[in-house]
This record gives sequence, C-alpha cells and structure tokens, in this order.
Amino acid sequence: MTTGKISPAGAGRRHHLGSTEIVYLALVGILLVAGVLVAVRGGTLFAQQNVSYMLTQTSLLGFVAIGQTLVVLCRSLDLSVGYVVALCSLIGATTMAGDPSRVWLGVVAALAVAAGVGLVNGLIIAALRVNPFIATLGMGLIVKGFLDTRFKGPEGEVPLAFQTFGYTRIGPVPVSTIVMLLVAAAVFVLLTRTRPGYHMFAVGGNLDVARLSGVRTGRIIVLAHVLCSLCAGVAGLLIAARFGTGNALVYSYGLDLDSIAAVVLGGTLLFGGRGSVVGTVGGVAILAVLDTAFNVLDVNPFFKDVLRGVIIIAAVALYARRQLDPASRRARFTTGGGDAA
Amino acid sequence: MTTDLTAGPAGTARGTARRWRERLLSGGSWTVLALLVLILAVIVVINPSFAEPISLMAFAKKAAPLVVLAVGQYFVIVSGEFDLSVGSLVGAQVVIAARLMDGDEALTWPVLGLMLVFGLLVGLVNGLVTTLLRVPSFITTLGMMLVLFGAIRLWTGGAPTGALSESFRVLGRKGFPDVPGQFQVPYALLVALVVVGLAVLLMRRPFGRSLVATGDNAVAVAYSGASVWWLRTRAFLLSSFLATVAAVLIGGFAGVTAQVGQGLEFMAITAVVLGGVALGGGRGTVVAAMVGALTLEALFTLFNQLALPSTVRPAVQGVILVAAVAYAARRRRT
Repeated sequence: MTTGKISPAGAGRRHHLGSTEIVYLALVGILLVAGVLVAVRGGTLFAQQNVSYMLTQTSLLGFVAIGQTLVVLCRSLDLSVGYVVALCSLIGATTMAGDPSRVWLGVVAALAVAAGVGLVNGLIIAALRVNPFIATLGMGLIVKGFLDTRFKGPEGEVPLAFQTFGYTRIGPVPVSTIVMLLVAAAVFVLLTRTRPGYHMFAVGGNLDVARLSGVRTGRIIVLAHVLCSLCAGVAGLLIAARFGTGNALVYSYGLDLDSIAAVVLGGTLLFGGRGSVVGTVGGVAILAVLDTAFNVLDVNPFFKDVLRGVIIIAAVALYARRQLDPASRRARFTTGGGDAA
Repeated sequence: MTTDLTAGPAGTARGTARRWRERLLSGGSWTVLALLVLILAVIVVINPSFAEPISLMAFAKKAAPLVVLAVGQYFVIVSGEFDLSVGSLVGAQVVIAARLMDGDEALTWPVLGLMLVFGLLVGLVNGLVTTLLRVPSFITTLGMMLVLFGAIRLWTGGAPTGALSESFRVLGRKGFPDVPGQFQVPYALLVALVVVGLAVLLMRRPFGRSLVATGDNAVAVAYSGASVWWLRTRAFLLSSFLATVAAVLIGGFAGVTAQVGQGLEFMAITAVVLGGVALGGGRGTVVAAMVGALTLEALFTLFNQLALPSTVRPAVQGVILVAAVAYAARRRRT
C-alpha cells in the first residue's frame, strides 16, 4: 500500500520515507556491509554461486511469508504454516508417486489439502472467535500429529519433470524465485487493486469499523487464511521438488516464526492494517542475504541465531521509532485500504 | 486447593445449583476447573492407584514447573503481551547452572544468585525493548528466544557440559519427609504453592489491578496516571524470574539435556489460555492460569494412562486446545 506513493496527507509536507523504502534501503545497506566484509576476507558475495544460493533461499521462505503477510494484514497470524508445508510436500510427492502424468494431480491434491487447512483455520477464527494464535497453534499440532502418525520418514517420489521446479535456473535466477515473484505480484495486485484486498486492510485496521462499514469481515479473514495456506502449499511442493520426496521433518525448520519475522521485517504491522507484500519480499531478501553472508563468512551456526535475533529486534525497533513520528501517525486512514473501505 | 468448590451444586438450594451449573458451563475459569476434575476422574477410573497420595504427589511434582511458568506467563499475557522466550530461558539457565557449578556443592548458592541476575536481565531487556523501543513483544521475545538458543549453544559448543550439584537438585527432586518410597510432600509443590499464593496477593495489590487494566486499555491507564512501560516491564521481569525458578525445578527433576526447555513457551501460553485468560490481556485470574497448567499436565498423564501413541498426542492436544478456547469464546460473545 505504501509502495512509493505519497499519501494524500503527506503531499503537503516534505516527502518522507515510507516503511517499504526503508526496508529496501536496509537491504542495500546490508548487501553493502556484507559485500565489504566478504571482500575483506578475500571472497566476493556477488559470485554467481552465492547469488544463486541467495535467491534459492528467498523462494521457500518467500512463498510462506507472502501468505503470512495476508493474514498479518488482517490482524491474524498463522503458526501452522510450517506443518502445512510439510504436509503438502508429502501429499504432493505421494500422489505423484514418480509418474510424470500424475504431476498435475499431485499439485492439485497438495493445494486442495492446503486450502482445506486454511479454510478450517479461517472458520475457527472467524466463526468460532478463537484467537488466531491458539487456533493455528492447535491446527499445527493436529497436522503434526497426523504427519508423525502417518509418515515415518521421507515418502513418495517426485518425477524428474517436476523436480525442474526446484532446480532449473535462468541465468543465476532459479525458476522457483521467479514463480515466487509472480505470486508476490499477484498478491500485490490483490492488495492494491481489488475489493477483497482493500477489505483486508480495513479488517486489520479495525474489525468493528470494517463490519459497520458493510465489509463481510468473516469472509475476508477466511479468504486470507485460505490464500496463506495455499502459499504454504506451494512452498511444500517446492520442497518436494528439491528433495525428490516429501518430508515431514520440514516442520522443524521454523518456517512459521521465520515467516512472521520476515513479514514484520518487511514493515508490516503485527497489529494489522498496514503493510505491503513488496516490503515482505524485501524482508525475505534481507534474511536470505544475512544467511548467505554468514555462510560465506563461515560464521558459527549458533552465532548466526544470535545475530539473527538481534537484527530482527533492531530492525523492528527502527521501524517502530518511525511510527512514533507524528507525521506518520494515523496514516492508516489516509493511504491504501483506509479510503477504499 | 480450589477443588472443594465444585462440590457446591449437590447439597444447596435449587437457585444456587443453577448458578453453579451456569458458572461451570460458562466457558470461563470454572469450566477449565470442571475439565480438570473430569480428566482426573477419568484417570482414576482407568487407574485407581492414581488417587493414592503417593501418585498424586508425583503428579504435583511433575506439574509444578509448568504451574510456575504459567503464572509467569500470566503476568505478561494479562498485560497484553507475549513472552516466547521462557522456553529458551529455562534451557539456558539449566545449561548455565550445570556448566558453572559442574557438580561442586560449594558453588550452588553463588550460581543460583548468578542465574537470578541473568534471568532478571533477560526480563529487563524484553520489557524495555517492548515498552520503550515499541517493538511488538511477539518479535522481541522471539528474537530473545533465538539469541538465547544460539548463545547457549555457542558457549557450550553445541552440547551441554558439566553437572548440577546435589543440593541444587533437591528442590526439583526431593520432598518432605525425605524417605524413599514413602508419602512425601515434594518441595516443588511447596514452591509452586508459594508462587501461586504470592501471585494471587500481588494481583490484589495496586500493581496487579493496574496490570490487568493495562491489558484492557493501556491508553486509559496512561491517562489515569500510571506508567504503562514500567508496569509491563515488571510483568516481563516477573515472567523471567519465574522461568528461572522453573529452571531450578526442571533441572532438579530431569537433569541437563540439550533439549531442556524446548517448546515450554507454547506449553505455558497454552496453559494460560486454557485457564480462560484472554490473549491480548485484560481478563483472567492467576488461579485460572494455574488450573490451566494442571489441566494440561493431567491431559499428558491421561495420554500416558491410555498408552496413546506419542505421535497421536499432539493432534489430540490440538483438538482439545481449539475446542476448549472455542467453547469459552462462544459464551463470551457480547
């Protein structure tokens, strides 16, 4: 919503940076610092293999974080995405069962299951009024129980035709990253050009006001959760394509918390109503650059966790400072979704 | 301590009976108490020996750390925040204790003092970053969780080293009177009771009242002259302090492993929410949080009694969690 547009309220004042611009400035800053640090050690961060690694890293978390953006915008949360990713990798791989003619069947099955989980999440939150934290934590536990009971290890087989989704590159850019960016573009259009998108901002900004304005808030929340789970489902298919099989242990990657961190790093308010998918992609890129730089610099993996924690807190503190700035206060009602609702 | 209250409906007038039935079914703290009694009853039916004092005390010993953690989490949740760092903090404290004392009795008290300082420091950072730097507590404590997780493994090189001294382990492991195989009141139970008692008193004091009000409407509290940042920071300090107490109990009970503390933050939050405390703050009592923790532990005991495969347990836990909270939300609708 704040992608470079000057808000009507800010038009009279000096132009100040929106949160999306800050995210990309931070990304450039981190790229520069990391590039210099790597150069000092005698390497180059921008060597083809590092760039590919970086972009590959973005795609998996990217899918999950794009979906997470939608639910966070609605002032919701999805802690079950990690389990959905694992579930969909298994559903996809076991349905395909190594047969190239069943690729589409596998994709459809995985996405249908993902949408189903999202639908249940959304209904529990919207219709039963369960706090999203609890609803999706519970759903995550349920899916985990199913995965642990039904699948003992890696299962299923992904035909080579579909593995290309995981490995093919155009130049240094993996196909999966391009697909991720296409999904991001679709979500961008959804949020900035369509009625349900505007309504998501309205619901996240103030549920009661949105309802009184005639927004069917329940449907919007359900829609956001279905789309979020679908994105997680695509991430699951990507995992299946990379590994060649489905794997339940994917849920221990911490994708749920990572994706929330990426969304918030991207400048989306955890309390809903403000944010953009462009920022989220920036947040994902920041995490990927950090990860790549740590790898190239051979940083101790445990120290990596420490640094990531500190950087996430510091970055969010930086954005929060800006939200204290009176000029950017109440912007919710002057930009993006607010005026459309 | 509160179970005798459920006996109310039986012998009293019809109006009172109806009021009690409404209370028990209302979806608030009383409902989780009813759920706890139900689960305990099922366990006793399956395995009558559970009702014997020795088994009950063993249950209390096992449940005590979660009760302490839930009380700590209660302070933070009722003020409208989250503390996701307690699991990592428990793990960190146990590993720190083991590494520093390395089985040396003489170091027990100095190390305990150091753990206390470290715990309070973590709470202070959580609180100040959340309140003064305005970082959402979800992110603050998530970051703290990563930092503690990484720092401890960095410090120990991946696997915890050292050992806890015998006197350190007394609180979590031993009881009174200390005769093996006989009935004993575990020290852990006493610690948990003291913690709950003090917490109840604290919540009746101006601090507690203001804390609940902060969770309900921080702006109103600020206008009424209280300093919201200091209230919330104290909630984080209490949470980290109680996580340290829980670490002493857990370390004593289970010893040192690399996994100690993992997932405890979600358990504690689950316990508090099961007790009918609203996420987002402003509603719920400490005793309810304690009952929530006991219910969760009772549920795990029930799973054991039923010999439920360990892989199915998360699913059942998830269903019960969502169902319980949905049930509570059903009646709260205004």
